[in-house]
Amino acid sequence: MTQIILFAPLVGAILAGFGWRLMGEKAAIWTATGLLFLAAFLSWIVFLGFDGETRSIPILRWIESGSLAVDWAIRLDRRTAVMLIVITTVSALVHLYSVGYMDHDENWREGEAYKARFFAYLSLFTFAMLMLVTADNLLQLFFGWEGVGLASYLLIGFYWRKPSANAAAVKAFVVNRVGDFGFLLGIFAIFLMVDSVSFDVIFASGAAMAAQQVGFLGLTVNGAELVAFLLFVGAMGKSAQLFLHTWLPDAMEGPTPVSALIHAATMVTAGVFLVARMSPVFEFTPGAMTFVTVIGALTAIFAASVGLVQNDIKRVIAYSTCSQLGYMFVAAGVGVYQVAMFHLFTHAFFKAMLFLGAGSVIHAMHHEQDLRRYGGLRHKLPWTFWAMLVGTLAITGVGIPLTHIGLSGFLSKDAVIESAFAAPGEAARMAFWLLVAAAAMTSFYSWRLMFMTFWGKPRGDRHTHEHAHESPVVMLVPLAVLAVGSVLAGMVWYNDFFGETAQAMAFFGPAIFVGEGNTVLNDAHYVPDWVKAAPFVAMLSGLALAWLFYIRRPDLPRSLARTHHGLYAFLLNKWYFDELYGLIFVRPARALGGFLWRRGDGSVIDGAINGLAMGIVPFFTRLAGRAQSGYLFHYAFAIVLGLVVLITWATITAGVN
Amino acid sequence: MPLLSIVTFLPLVAAVIMAALLRGDDEAAQRNAKWLALLATGATFLVSLFMLTEFDPSDTGFQMVEERAWLLGLSYKVGVDGISILFVLLTTFLMPLTIAACWNVTHRVKEYMIAFLVLETLMIGVFVALDLVLFYLFFEAGLIPMFLIIGIWGGKERIYAAFKFFLYTLLGSVLMLVAMIAMYVDAGTTDIPSLLRHQFDSGPMSLIGWQVVGGLQTLLWLAFFASFAVKMPMWPVHTWLPDAHVQAPTAGSVVLAAILLKMGGYGFLRFSLPMFPVASDLLAPMVLWLSAIAIVYASLVALAQQDMKKLIAYSSVAHMGYVTMGIFAANQQGIAGAIFQMISHGFVSGALFLIVGVVYDRMHTRDIAAYGGLVNRMPAYALIFLLFTMANVGLPGTSGFVGEFLTLVGVFKVNITVAVIATTGVILSAAYALWLYRKVMLGDLIRESLKSISDMTLRERAIFAPLVAMTLILGVYPALVLDLISPSVGALVAGHERALAEYSGRLVDIAGN
Repeated sequence: MTQIILFAPLVGAILAGFGWRLMGEKAAIWTATGLLFLAAFLSWIVFLGFDGETRSIPILRWIESGSLAVDWAIRLDRRTAVMLIVITTVSALVHLYSVGYMDHDENWREGEAYKARFFAYLSLFTFAMLMLVTADNLLQLFFGWEGVGLASYLLIGFYWRKPSANAAAVKAFVVNRVGDFGFLLGIFAIFLMVDSVSFDVIFASGAAMAAQQVGFLGLTVNGAELVAFLLFVGAMGKSAQLFLHTWLPDAMEGPTPVSALIHAATMVTAGVFLVARMSPVFEFTPGAMTFVTVIGALTAIFAASVGLVQNDIKRVIAYSTCSQLGYMFVAAGVGVYQVAMFHLFTHAFFKAMLFLGAGSVIHAMHHEQDLRRYGGLRHKLPWTFWAMLVGTLAITGVGIPLTHIGLSGFLSKDAVIESAFAAPGEAARMAFWLLVAAAAMTSFYSWRLMFMTFWGKPRGDRHTHEHAHESPVVMLVPLAVLAVGSVLAGMVWYNDFFGETAQAMAFFGPAIFVGEGNTVLNDAHYVPDWVKAAPFVAMLSGLALAWLFYIRRPDLPRSLARTHHGLYAFLLNKWYFDELYGLIFVRPARALGGFLWRRGDGSVIDGAINGLAMGIVPFFTRLAGRAQSGYLFHYAFAIVLGLVVLITWATITAGVN
Repeated sequence: MPLLSIVTFLPLVAAVIMAALLRGDDEAAQRNAKWLALLATGATFLVSLFMLTEFDPSDTGFQMVEERAWLLGLSYKVGVDGISILFVLLTTFLMPLTIAACWNVTHRVKEYMIAFLVLETLMIGVFVALDLVLFYLFFEAGLIPMFLIIGIWGGKERIYAAFKFFLYTLLGSVLMLVAMIAMYVDAGTTDIPSLLRHQFDSGPMSLIGWQVVGGLQTLLWLAFFASFAVKMPMWPVHTWLPDAHVQAPTAGSVVLAAILLKMGGYGFLRFSLPMFPVASDLLAPMVLWLSAIAIVYASLVALAQQDMKKLIAYSSVAHMGYVTMGIFAANQQGIAGAIFQMISHGFVSGALFLIVGVVYDRMHTRDIAAYGGLVNRMPAYALIFLLFTMANVGLPGTSGFVGEFLTLVGVFKVNITVAVIATTGVILSAAYALWLYRKVMLGDLIRESLKSISDMTLRERAIFAPLVAMTLILGVYPALVLDLISPSVGALVAGHERALAEYSGRLVDIAGN
């Protein structure tokens, strides 16, 4: 059954991608979508019927060389089962939604076939993502990891006529490769220490690696720390954490369903999945864990701060995603992988829905994405409005404080914040405060988006506003399903992910390893009440401020931006990361390449050799006479000469012997 | 049946027949020449498949050995083992595709076909020769047809390219020849299997006042290194390659990148590592560092290129860096990875040069800036280009990944710093390869000259199909290659380690005395 879940999307991708000329675009689209629904249906069966036992299903041999033996195989445990339903459900809904969303696309010319290609890419992505989460070894995980990178590249650059989309696609791939650089080194280091890359062996060797010292670039470091750090660099790339986040906002160049599926619900959470998957190693690495916590917390606050001022509806949500991923890493960093998975799980629902809702707005507004040109849309797009409202309530964390009743984001985000408070150490405490602050910002930018889009008077092009219309049913059904998930997912699975310690432990079983002395999961339930209430208060303050700025006094933001111009520009320009990287990495690399080519290859190497040649060649030329224009003659001559010498020598010495 | 000799000389026989019997230069004669060449190379490939079925991978010695007396008391001896057999197959596999790729050539077609057929014989000869003199003959003579291909059918500056090629290779070859003579003097034989068993002296020796650690082995190693490093090519003797590629016709570039470069790697595996283990061990750090430099340097230079072929040529230099570092990591993963990388690079770089050829045939320029937005009119081409771009950057699931991964794993065990530097290649290769793809393929089709460009023809698709298949199959199921080479590589590694253990044992003895 797992094989069917895994390969159905691949079959869909191949059929849609290559078969559409035969069966027509419409059939291709529905084939891919149908196969995804089949996979989603089977995934729920697997998830609900899962007994907690880890099993491994071999498929095919892959790379075998000496002690390195890697197979294609499926590993099914609780975490994989959770990921299966997240991926296939969201993907199936996004496929369905895309049937409507991609129906008319003004980026394409009359008669151009693009739909089947889009669905083929979506299905290909889903296949790669499933390979990633079902991997039985680190290398297969890397295969999925790079596969989703490829699909992401293809989908970001889907509108290949747009230079900005092409640039964003390349950027996403290359920045991810920086992360992969760390990931690969992590795999090498693991193989060096434990002589295997299969999870069974790695999981059993966490302590052994922690007991080793490895020389790395002149430093002597703890083996497990090194591995954890390098793997986390990979996770930073894929999950757009601070310093390697620059590709994610640009990735919004892709069609909106892509943003929902890849850049919100699934691919970007792969980094979190990786850290949780490698918990048997991370549990032995206090240093790397602190690093994870710090990066996660900084990302959460950084991305939220940038999200406050963005004007592109998708970019606001993209930074929101980046920020929420930071939350997940904090949870993982303080050792509560269950909570990281919990937030990943709920986030998939409400963030996918926010993106699909945004897509519905964009669709209605003729591909206008600027918040400043929206306004008053709640009457025109009632269903979209309600869905977005549910999503906003979920992400900002609405619920009844001090109880377990609330929307999914309320439960999972509070769980993260409580875990950060309960964890020992300075880093965790700092993370706690940053996350509370980020929660206030989350509430502000989410409501800002809502107010600017759905409230107030229509701004921008009147014609567009007049023609704004609610999206078709195929787009609204996925929104409705995800809305139900956003409301209920937290409450239904709260106890499994973050309930009584024994229950949460039993739920994941061996899928998550918790080291001795790691009691954060348990302690998080006993934090003071003010800690439990803090995110709620932060949420209210953000909401109040947004209301003040965008409903009560809409002139305030502009005057504030004028009076604090420096800060505003700093945030609007995303802390100038792109400019900085352009200055210190991108341009120097190209300049260095040009320099090495002209000076290194040209002047130094060729110069030296040509200089030598100018001395030798005339000599040969005189020797051989002007034998046409070919140096070939000289060459043949040299060979013959050489052979003569060799053979002479051979015969002489043979005679001696 | 002398299978190996048939595989080796079948193309030559066809070339002789063509030279002797085919008259005229009209269209019919040209067509006949092409078909005869295609037929001959195709038949050679089929025969080489028989050779594959005869081959027993678990036997690590030489198989299908043929030995005959030759002139002047020298012997003709050929055979294959797990290290060489795949290079033979790579050659026979690629040659029919290469012939098919020059179907549109109209200038001196008969001679062109003869050059490729002779070249095939000489290339296969290099991989099967089991006698030093024979090896040298094949190794050096192979350059003559390549010269002609560049010099007669090449671009504008073919004379400069040939000149450069000549100088670089001559220097290396002379030194190798001297080393071969010295080996004959020392061992008393030119028989390669015997030389593999022979222990060349590794005790320190003094040479015009210099104390040479590793003695004779070191000197011989360096002499061979001079030749093979140029062939690979390794940094800093790589600069002939971009020029040769740019000037060579498409089919010439394919053979050069896909097969001729592999002779250097094969030479390291056949001679340097097993015959001079102590010297290899002493000098391995140098090779590892040169390889790491090659990867970073060539990748950076590739970023700055304006010519499609030059970019791919520099990318080849970088990829060969993985090969040399894998070989001199001298462990199972490193060497198996290096061989795999060479085979994979044969398909991928060959395909990339063919890809350039497809648009060069249509537009007669290789300037990256002259293109843009080709995907608008060439969807099939776009897909194939994308696939090989991804294989070139080593995406898992393509053959490019397996070789890169194995060599890096092997090197990481030996020298972490070098492995870290080399791994930056995964970032840089993505940068230049995707930049190229973007500039050539993506964007709107603005240029007037490109508006009527046509997608690939059936013939072109047929050429790419086998390459696509091999790249994907080897990416998903590399065992096809690894199973063939693993035992021989294992034996090579074991022999190397044994030799080193003896050497350090002797050193201890000397110290003890």
